[in-house]
Amino acid sequence: MSTEVTSTTTTTAAPVPQPTSLTPWAALGERFRRGDLGQLPAVLMLVVIAIFFQITSQGFFFFPRNLSNLMLQIATTACLSLGAVLVLLLGEIDLSMAAVANFCGAVMVTLSVYHGFGALPALLAGLVAGAIIGLINGFVVAVLRVPSFVVTLAGYIFYSGLLLHILLPNTTIRLIDPTLTGIMTNYVTFPWDVLIPIPVLAIFVGLLLYTRAQRRRANLALSPIWDVWGRIGLAILLFAGGLFIFESAFGVPYSTFLLVGLILLLWIMLRFTRFGRHIYAVGGNAEAARRAGINVIWIRIAVFTLTSTLAALGGILDSSRAISATAQVDPALLLNAIAVAVIGGVSLFGGRGSIWGVVLGALVIGSLSNGLDLLSSQNADIKLMVEGVVLLIAVIIDALARRRNAVQGR
Amino acid sequence: MAENQPEAPGGAQLPGSEQSAGAVAPQGEPVLRLLGISKAFGAVQALKDVDFEVYAGEVVGLVGDNGAGKSTLIKTISGVNIPDSGEILLDGRRVSINGPADATALGIETVYQDLALCDNLDVVSNLFLGREDSAGPLPFGRIMREVEMERRTVQVLKQLDVKIPSVRVPVASLSGGQRQSIAVAKTILRNARLVLLDEPTAALGVAQTRQVLNLIRRLRDQGLAVVVISHNLADVFEVVDRVIVMRLGRRAATFDIHATTAEQVVAAITGAEFGEEPEVNGATPGATLAS
Ligand SMILES: Nc1ncnc2c1ncn2[C@@H]1O[C@H](COP(=O)(O)OP(=O)(O)O)[C@@H](O)[C@H]1O
Ligand SMILES: [Mg+2]
Repeated sequence: MSTEVTSTTTTTAAPVPQPTSLTPWAALGERFRRGDLGQLPAVLMLVVIAIFFQITSQGFFFFPRNLSNLMLQIATTACLSLGAVLVLLLGEIDLSMAAVANFCGAVMVTLSVYHGFGALPALLAGLVAGAIIGLINGFVVAVLRVPSFVVTLAGYIFYSGLLLHILLPNTTIRLIDPTLTGIMTNYVTFPWDVLIPIPVLAIFVGLLLYTRAQRRRANLALSPIWDVWGRIGLAILLFAGGLFIFESAFGVPYSTFLLVGLILLLWIMLRFTRFGRHIYAVGGNAEAARRAGINVIWIRIAVFTLTSTLAALGGILDSSRAISATAQVDPALLLNAIAVAVIGGVSLFGGRGSIWGVVLGALVIGSLSNGLDLLSSQNADIKLMVEGVVLLIAVIIDALARRRNAVQGR
Repeated sequence: MAENQPEAPGGAQLPGSEQSAGAVAPQGEPVLRLLGISKAFGAVQALKDVDFEVYAGEVVGLVGDNGAGKSTLIKTISGVNIPDSGEILLDGRRVSINGPADATALGIETVYQDLALCDNLDVVSNLFLGREDSAGPLPFGRIMREVEMERRTVQVLKQLDVKIPSVRVPVASLSGGQRQSIAVAKTILRNARLVLLDEPTAALGVAQTRQVLNLIRRLRDQGLAVVVISHNLADVFEVVDRVIVMRLGRRAATFDIHATTAEQVVAAITGAEFGEEPEVNGATPGATLAS
């Protein structure tokens, strides 16, 4: 009974394409068809922006010292957008990030200046303050089921007030501790800037080849070999190119080292751990995740906690760079952080995107801002308008990709 | 096994109301037995004193009009709804199912009407969702064994004869039949003993429906107990061994599929067996048969 129909069903099934036979172009075309552009738009934007400013700034844009400076400029924003990626993957949003960043930076500064905390305790206290705030945000969102944009908007207002309060009667407090100010003024120099990344790179290449061997042994479809070498080549190219640029200036800024390390950690977390997989699952279909036995509440709380902690770190970097804490929350910081994530291909609708998008998004936003600064006077007007357009393009691409996905999926 | 005849003072039988046309229940202890299950949603009495049983290696079709209580019954078994009263017995032993996790722990897996797949994740991730093969010390640090999961995915899909272009594409890009197959394959991976399917062939084309019906047969042939809700009597007659008819929250009838005609089932669904004249629009469900 059960065998008589088998032959008819197999004919209806789609032919099985051999992934090994895909050329790079065919693979790209396939992704286009799926509406999965990934980070391609961001790469194109970056190339266009870089070329434009390279020409208009008479070659100053690609000057190593300027690129090194650019990395310092985007450190805080990039750090916040790492957190933004996490909440966006969940399909939530955190509008309190900028206020939390500045508040936690101020916590660190006041503890250091007024309460005699050492550098490390003050820094940790700032991070812990962020974690606690995130825990509260997460609790209200996950357990009480209040929409995250309202919860975090309330947080934005509240922590702006609390920031004013802890700095009273001042509006600015100068950071003195040389270790804390050193975070943003020191550089990792030769040979450490070579010796530390090389083992990481070696492990990456090793794991890539090892996984391929493992898959071959398990008789699974192998990704085309150009894909493997492409990845390895890209990693080496980025590493060598980045190092060359930084070495031509002052070395690798601490903050850049820190950010790259964070991105790698978060990438491992999102891509290879259960926890990361569950974040994508909750963002894609929370009900399905719940039925699969995933503790959705804990995932949400954990993510909000991580996000606020990353925001706190961003604020600490900001205080270190400004050598002070100020009572004013910069609203552009919040918008830029979210813009960076979205330009980097992270969907506003949850469940789609990669932490690497932050690298591209931050470079796009950072280059725009840095390039427009180079061009001439204080171009805040042009800067804001251009950033607005770039963000709008990114969001439109996101919405179109989502629609194409929805049409295909049935 | 010891407490074979469970203590169920009332409600073990539905006196008078149940019509059985040659319903020879399979021998032995059912994998799952429900006794006197009732469930109300506010003023709506969705289930009234319902008994239910399903044996290993059989497919039970659960049919009935819209709102008859089929989905509510399935949700009671899968732990989504907690019944107001009644008992659940697994292998003759009383169990309490207070959530989906309890049901899963007892080997009960459900394929819901809305599939419950994460469209953004690939086939492997969906199959292992919530049960990723992983190792590591911390919740953040549990690294998944992707190669092993993919190997088992390919193996299970082969075992069920499910054809998919690649197990690494997001399920959003798959067809309805393929998605349904993934949802069913998920239950196999979890070593289910009882699989519940709510309208698995609704919204599927002819070829895709075939595919899913085949899949259901394969589940049975592997010795699983299967419960299928369906509106399509043609599907029901093709794949099930016993039909249980729900009507207005009650179990109205039970049929052995080999000793039953579609007309009898339709009559039980519409309530014609209660002496009412068969209504003119009683032909409407019959029309489903022709298709
Ligand atoms: N969660 C719920 N809340 C309120 N009423 C419900 C709920 N679930 C089902 N019902 C009601 O219970 C009855 C049975 O529904 P259901 O089990 O979904 O029927 P079926 O699946 O047989 O079409 C219907 O009247 C429906 O409106
Ligand atoms: Mg239903």
